[in-house]
Amino acid sequence: MGRVVVDVMPKPEILDPQGKAVAAALPRLGFEGFTSVRQGKRFELEVDGEVTEEVLETVRQAAATLLSNPVIEDVVRVAADQGEG
Amino acid sequence: MAQTQTPTDDAASAVAGTRIGVVTFPGTLDDRDAARAVRLAGGTPVPLWHADADLHGVDAVVLPGGFSYGDYLRAGAISRFAPVMGEIVHAANGGLPVLGICNGFQILCEAHLLPGSMIKNDHRTFICTEQVLTVENVDTAWTRSYSRGQHITIPVKNQDGQFVADEHVLDELEGEGRVVFRYEGSNPNGSRRDIAGISNAAGNVVGLMPHPEHAVEPGFGPDGPRGPRTGTDGLGLFSSVLGVLVS
Repeated sequence: MGRVVVDVMPKPEILDPQGKAVAAALPRLGFEGFTSVRQGKRFELEVDGEVTEEVLETVRQAAATLLSNPVIEDVVRVAADQGEG
Repeated sequence: MAQTQTPTDDAASAVAGTRIGVVTFPGTLDDRDAARAVRLAGGTPVPLWHADADLHGVDAVVLPGGFSYGDYLRAGAISRFAPVMGEIVHAANGGLPVLGICNGFQILCEAHLLPGSMIKNDHRTFICTEQVLTVENVDTAWTRSYSRGQHITIPVKNQDGQFVADEHVLDELEGEGRVVFRYEGSNPNGSRRDIAGISNAAGNVVGLMPHPEHAVEPGFGPDGPRGPRTGTDGLGLFSSVLGVLVS
């Protein structure tokens, strides 16, 4: 079984209200020194068999079409997951 | 025996014969209110189902508010790929009047019928309030019953209601007069340039975050000049499209 990981982040110029809320909560819990937090999404897509270049290309298309909205988000990574399967 | 009909009767029956589809997705909340608004404006609402790739010959379509697919992934992101949406995109590009309210607006953006997108409100909380809007474009299929610059009060209720687009797109919307509604007085969600609703270039597709279908019937709407809950300012969107369709 293979796995492809897709990371999606809000575009830098888009305000990230959730990241701001997390940033505000950190110092309240004593986690000091963080000047900014941005919150994104991670998708894990599993396939039977190996992650081929063809699979990765299909995932890239899915990432651009469904998993992200290019108006507000960037796909920052599409990669085969090398971790334990 | 010959029956005589007054012009008013003719007009009323023409409006009543106008069929406006109201789409229900899994998680849609305001489809019944939207259908009721169509009926109160004099038209005939036609329920449309997300999984049915058929518009059943309707003359216009309303995508109502709610939380289709639980807002999973992004608000409207999964609904956009529902079978009925393929038909709606095709028909909208051919001139069919389409109105997206709240979640319906989000779906229209995800479907690229309207530019921009909605993100979480800047204050991160759900908001539900009566909101004053300025009607800035009265040439769209959905706003001809209003006068330019008119202030209307309708409810706004959303969590992901902050309209965003890049500066170039915002300038284009402003330059082409496609900002249809703007928040007046206060901006409830941080939307860029106080934008509450926009249209496509042709003016047949309009999306807005506030809810006109909740301000169509005395006794159930926002507070109005005639007293508490008397506001019916939302009815104009529905009477506008009926007027366009029978003219």
